[in-house]
Amino acid sequence: MSNAYRTKNSTGLINKNKKINFSFNGHTYHGYEGDTLASALISNGIHLIGRSFKYHRPRGFLGVGVEEPNAMVQLHEGNKSEPNIIATEVELVEGLKAKSQNCWPSVQFDIGEVNNLLNRFFPAGFYYKTFMWPKSFWMKIYEPFIRKAAGMGVAPLQPDPDRYEHNYEHCDVLVVGSGPSGLASALAAAKNGARVILAEDKANFGGSLLTDEVTIGNMSGKEWANDTVAQLKSLPNVILKKRSQVFGYYDHNMTVMIERVSDHQENPSKYTPRQRLHYIRAGEVIVSTGSIERPISFGNNDRPGILLASAAKEYMTVYETLVGKKPIIFTNNDTAYSTALEFLKNDITPVILDTRNNSNGELVKEVKQKGVNIRFNSGIADTKGHLKIKSAVIGELDKDKENFTSLESIDCDCICMSGGWTPTVHLSSQAGNKLKFNEEIDAFVPDKKRQRESAVGAANGSFTLNQSLAEGFQVGFDLSNKFTDNNIETNTPNSKEPKYEKHERLWCMPLPQGKKPKRFIDFQNDVAVSDVELAIREGFRSIEHVKRYTTLGMAGDQGKTSNLNGLQYVSNIEKKIVPEVGHTTFRPPYTPVTIGAIVGREVGNHYLPTRKSPIHNWHEEKNAVFVAAGLWQRPRYYPKESENMNDAVNREAANVRKNVGICDVTTLGKIDIKGPDAPEFLNRVYTNAWLKLPVGKARYGVMLREDGMVFDDGTTSRLSENHFHMTTTTAQAANVLSHLEYYLQVVWPELDVNVLSTTEQWSGIAVAGPKSRELLSKLFPNIDLSNEGLPFMGLVDTNIDGIFARIYRISFSGELAYEVNVESNFGLHMWKRIMDEGKAFNIEPYGTEALSTLRIEMGHVAGAELDGRAVPFDVGLNGMVSKKKDFIGKRSLSKEAFSSEDRQTIVGLVPLDKRTKIPEGSHIVENDKVASPVPKLGHVSSSCWSVEYNNPFSIAIIKDGKNKIGKNLFAVSPLKDISIPVEVVSSHYVDPDGERVRS
Amino acid sequence: MLEIKCPYCGKRSQNEFSYGGDATVKRPMLGEEISTEDWDNFVYFRDNPRGKHTELWHHVSGCRQWFKASRDTATHEIFDTCKMNEAFNE
Repeated sequence: MSNAYRTKNSTGLINKNKKINFSFNGHTYHGYEGDTLASALISNGIHLIGRSFKYHRPRGFLGVGVEEPNAMVQLHEGNKSEPNIIATEVELVEGLKAKSQNCWPSVQFDIGEVNNLLNRFFPAGFYYKTFMWPKSFWMKIYEPFIRKAAGMGVAPLQPDPDRYEHNYEHCDVLVVGSGPSGLASALAAAKNGARVILAEDKANFGGSLLTDEVTIGNMSGKEWANDTVAQLKSLPNVILKKRSQVFGYYDHNMTVMIERVSDHQENPSKYTPRQRLHYIRAGEVIVSTGSIERPISFGNNDRPGILLASAAKEYMTVYETLVGKKPIIFTNNDTAYSTALEFLKNDITPVILDTRNNSNGELVKEVKQKGVNIRFNSGIADTKGHLKIKSAVIGELDKDKENFTSLESIDCDCICMSGGWTPTVHLSSQAGNKLKFNEEIDAFVPDKKRQRESAVGAANGSFTLNQSLAEGFQVGFDLSNKFTDNNIETNTPNSKEPKYEKHERLWCMPLPQGKKPKRFIDFQNDVAVSDVELAIREGFRSIEHVKRYTTLGMAGDQGKTSNLNGLQYVSNIEKKIVPEVGHTTFRPPYTPVTIGAIVGREVGNHYLPTRKSPIHNWHEEKNAVFVAAGLWQRPRYYPKESENMNDAVNREAANVRKNVGICDVTTLGKIDIKGPDAPEFLNRVYTNAWLKLPVGKARYGVMLREDGMVFDDGTTSRLSENHFHMTTTTAQAANVLSHLEYYLQVVWPELDVNVLSTTEQWSGIAVAGPKSRELLSKLFPNIDLSNEGLPFMGLVDTNIDGIFARIYRISFSGELAYEVNVESNFGLHMWKRIMDEGKAFNIEPYGTEALSTLRIEMGHVAGAELDGRAVPFDVGLNGMVSKKKDFIGKRSLSKEAFSSEDRQTIVGLVPLDKRTKIPEGSHIVENDKVASPVPKLGHVSSSCWSVEYNNPFSIAIIKDGKNKIGKNLFAVSPLKDISIPVEVVSSHYVDPDGERVRS
Repeated sequence: MLEIKCPYCGKRSQNEFSYGGDATVKRPMLGEEISTEDWDNFVYFRDNPRGKHTELWHHVSGCRQWFKASRDTATHEIFDTCKMNEAFNE
């Protein structure tokens, strides 16, 4: 029965000359070029596509486009596999593989359907009521159960192999949707010279013009659409985008659009992205997104084969596909009659049920003239057919339309329902537009705009073609006039379409007597009329609460077909009118968007920029293991042969203590500070005194935030009277610069000082260890590096190989040490010169781990201690705080709490067994045997293996630390289930008097 | 994403800027005698108005200038921006 459900005439957009093979649930089928997965399946007679979310009820197609709530499938296999894809939005492509979701073992026989039999146990709010107690059941029983039951498809476990791109666009006028009003406004704006982007979700421009029999000027609607698109294509100021959904409207007219670039291509080139995300900043946005048909709630209205009348029509007119051969059309308005006429063109006479007492609309008359019997004042009470609709129980309604007067069963293979039309106001609402209720069409339409956004056509509640075109041309012209001086107005062509009579305000059928079949409102979330009734009975009044309690209008669907029916039903029960009930908030994305597209190219190494020092390649050649320090890649250690990390780190650190080591410190933040007020500025920024720092000297400085917490530390040197060179930690470099700029520009603009980052301009090389002086003296024979010639915290400018070099005598390791700075381009050269010269002194490079070991042993604080919670007193920096002058954060330090004996302060820890390394982050407790919660004294901030004493050593921040020295405590890590007895010692474990740096 | 007009560079996307808080807060003078309450008000307490707010922004991925913006905190409408030493055109 391959393609048995095709229309007689080929007037749609299907190319029967190009057959396309695909598979669904393991069976192979074919469709044609121009088909969607949905139309191809329906043309093969397949309606059963998946199982519903909660009750696992068999479901088929309800719609034909983005409005589809049921037909979500799992596409492709392996790492390309993608869940929850709407089958109506998937263009058929050779070899496409799709399968049903939320069913096991198969879509025909699904164990989960037991939920449907037990549905009285799964009412609205089921989770809230059931999973509350006992509390202990949550982690092990309830949560895993809910996780298993939740969601529909399965996310692939492997990385996404496809390529996604981001694009930033600007335009004067963005037109969203290419139906009659969209095309009209795009044409009017473009002809007036504005830069226009026209976005269409589908594979073809034209919207309703592709399905409706109308005349514009002397052309058919379809011809006019083609002609208009051709005109737009010829204009250089227009970008036309099909397969492009504008799904989000954010602040300041920023919209986001997803373009399906190669999903529909059989063999896209390797470099073609799969999808492209466009960020469009538009001067004005025209929302011409049309409208979506409303379903009608009646008993078992969710069986496969029951769909929207407009969808049935589009399947016939665009996709040349028959949704059935024995249709029932069920409507409360005139538009569904155009679906009846399409069936008649295919020699199929539908049964027509109309809830109204009569209608004299032009289409109704035409159907009557063709001799079709229309049953007015009638409706559907219930349906039958497990995996596909087989029959409907229909009947006449009583005077108040609250009961059926008689019931009969008739056979059918599809039901095409129409409850009228809902303007697609999602984007306007996202833009902040306050919607208003339009009584004429019983729906919300955009009203008070907050951003530069204008709705036109059906999205604005203008349901006639004349109105749509007139609005489109007018608004397109008016808005474009804001951007151009051309003043070229395009005339609105005459148009002709059938006249419609009004719909009936009836969207929910009464129940058949004595029966309670489910009447669904929200198909995607399995919300039925009874759930809304229950929510209100239980006291939920706000529509936002009803939404959350029942899940009506949530998730990927965002209530496209269900919102208004839900509101209408609430207002019926509450005896309020809909505008009083209000509406829930529409949220982006309008349609589900692949995470890959949102991430774009920012994956793997491109997730963040990578900063490398000029010496990076050398480190790589020497087998360095790298670690990320912010954006920087720094050598962590340099393992030799079979060394593990501990071996390598201990060797590197010990060599610094014994001989000499070399470390790449290019990553330190460097800031050039100039101006007559520079000394005064530093004096305000740092806690210690700076006015009297002599030229040619460096000084260690500590900065606070205004709240008194230590912000950063580093050395700053005076290069000349008004010129300073500041260094910051690698991590805080950018923040320190912003901090300085803030005080100079905002707080003290009277200070004449300029600051500039020079981090990238200088390459820094630390040379540390007892033999460092001897080594550098050989390399720089012309300068006096003796303790008198270049004392601790001194600096000297020199030259080597014609390169300018500045040598600072500063130390992070606590050893006699120097830091050689050269222009970045010469960093590698300088490094190699030192390495060559250093061979005789057993020089070895050391990485960040050894660097940490050296500073921890010495009790130097770093990021782990300066964590934003420490005042100078806490971390042993009280001596750095000037009592004489004021500086940033000083007033905070005099607060009582900041000098309390209860504060946690810095100490050292040594394990009693001198063997067990204490994990960083361990808690310090007095007694590890008491029941939890154990009173916590503090935590371990940094740990290392002391190469000086050959045992573990840690820095900890503990309550009243100074008075705990000499005591035995416990370092516990509940995470690792360990408890280590430790002795508290001074944090200055090695060389407490700092003799080595001054040697 | 907001579109912010840097008074030095012109209109740019929000991702070039960082937010700097209430621009009307004045830092106490250096060396000034100040009560703990007044100091705490300066360090910790800020108004959180709904509506018009004068605030600081830093064109951190641009010209690196701090400037003032008048913005509605509810609608995000930016009425005006100006340099630190200027006043809004209102």
